[in-house]
Amino acid sequence: MADLSVNIAGIHFNNPVIAASGTIGFGHEYGELYPLSVFGGISCKGTTLKERPGNPPPRIAETPMGMLNAVGLQNPGVEHFVNVELPWLKKQNTVVIANAAGSTEEDYCKIVEILSDTDVDMIELNISCPNVKQGGAQFGTSPESVEKITSAVRKYCKKPLIIKLSPNVSDIAAVAKSAEYAGADAVSLINTLTGMRIDINTRRPIIKNVTGGMSGPAVFPVAVRMVYQVKKAVKIPVIGLGGITTWQNAVEMMIAGADALQIGTVLFTDPYAPVRITEGLHGYLDTHGMESVTELTATVEV
Amino acid sequence: MKFDAQDCILNAKYQLTPTIFDFRLRNPELAAVTKPGQFVHVLVPGKTLRRPISVCDVDGDDIRIVFEIRGEGTKILSECKVGDKINIIAPLGKGFEIPKDKKIIFIGGGIGVPPMLYCAAAAGNNAIVINGFRDKSAVILTEDFKNTSCRLIETTDNGSYGIHGFVTAPLEEVIDEADMVCACGPAPMLRNIAKIAKSHNKECYVSLEQRMACGVGACLGCAVGIKREDGSMTYKHVCKDGPVFNAEEVEW
Repeated sequence: MADLSVNIAGIHFNNPVIAASGTIGFGHEYGELYPLSVFGGISCKGTTLKERPGNPPPRIAETPMGMLNAVGLQNPGVEHFVNVELPWLKKQNTVVIANAAGSTEEDYCKIVEILSDTDVDMIELNISCPNVKQGGAQFGTSPESVEKITSAVRKYCKKPLIIKLSPNVSDIAAVAKSAEYAGADAVSLINTLTGMRIDINTRRPIIKNVTGGMSGPAVFPVAVRMVYQVKKAVKIPVIGLGGITTWQNAVEMMIAGADALQIGTVLFTDPYAPVRITEGLHGYLDTHGMESVTELTATVEV
Repeated sequence: MKFDAQDCILNAKYQLTPTIFDFRLRNPELAAVTKPGQFVHVLVPGKTLRRPISVCDVDGDDIRIVFEIRGEGTKILSECKVGDKINIIAPLGKGFEIPKDKKIIFIGGGIGVPPMLYCAAAAGNNAIVINGFRDKSAVILTEDFKNTSCRLIETTDNGSYGIHGFVTAPLEEVIDEADMVCACGPAPMLRNIAKIAKSHNKECYVSLEQRMACGVGACLGCAVGIKREDGSMTYKHVCKDGPVFNAEEVEW
């Protein structure tokens, strides 16, 4: 069997399939179905300095081949994460990525400083949450703002730092370059695309927050395009996500330029997706006589 | 096992009204651990999100669900054929606690009626059931309830069948015979039931609905406002903390 392990910014992953932030909480629920080590890593629910109650419901709407969400960063706060969730997660034999969110530059610096003194393996900076007025999305919308927040956080960050990029920008490659220039160790993309649905009978938005973040199979081609563009623009590792549903999608995303992958919405359709996708990756690599999954990355022939 | 995602065989299928279907999903392992008031999360071919549907009953190896066509997903589901494989995550959520020594009023409104059947069967002759429907054409499961040991009261909004009016009128009449009230149905109905139960000093539990994604408590999508003891408000989740909540805690 081929080797599925990957190395992202010095961190060893047993396989390239990482659970995407916000879709798996802190792992307890899907951990009822299988050992969490089926994932190469887990990116935990976006965590803020203080507990956040999240947005009023409804928070979810279905879309053709996808969904919208506006959960609004409901989370128990960083102290709870560090004291309660992290010790358990560290025993699950998977890479633990803390996802840090905030409203101000000071918030981000403070939470990254706190997380740097813990056992988390990596920190993913969430500067692209579209569902909270002060949810950090304003930091992710231009190359200049991404460079500024990344530089600021870098001073406090003693862990490998992943910057999670928003697709709601005009030039994703320029944004990724800014993150790299300012000291990011890796980038992950794409976060959700901003969307909206309306109930035609009541004429009200289905989601109480009016707009939400769109994910699922429908966004996959957008994600492939952006990962392809970013991989050509930066030298740091690229974690590809957005609508990956099948092992074939996983292979395609790596060929486009991903060094590792995240899966999210597919867990809601098929909780066993990580098992299915890693098995499919093994099958593909064996069939094509490849020894390591890393041989796939950025091999698209244009 | 707390819950699992597994295939079931659609073992039997009945149409109860032009829009309501009765499915028997065969899966001995999941049926054996499914309790009253819990739900199953049904994969609909071609859809990203599953459909949460309450358990109507468990009959041997079959989980019985009775659902209404509400949109595209439930329409596709209604077109499944006997013998088809249907994938469900089950059993999910915290259902109704049914103490053996208490007299319990179970109230169902419309498509909130089906989950009350498994509850009533579990409570035996301690159950008083009040089922409310829009009109005669929407009445379902009468014979099934009669086959339990419950006392059955049925109402229709327009009086075309049973008692004329909402479930709340007969509730006022029988509530002092009971120790607690359990209800499932439209939110305005549940709110009124909760008010009546409170004024009679009876425990009241309600089964709530919300647009849902994961179904297991991971994504925090299906939020419901809940009052904390100190009076502040928080969000809990229908899929994992519910669908059954103490009515006193619900922020209506």
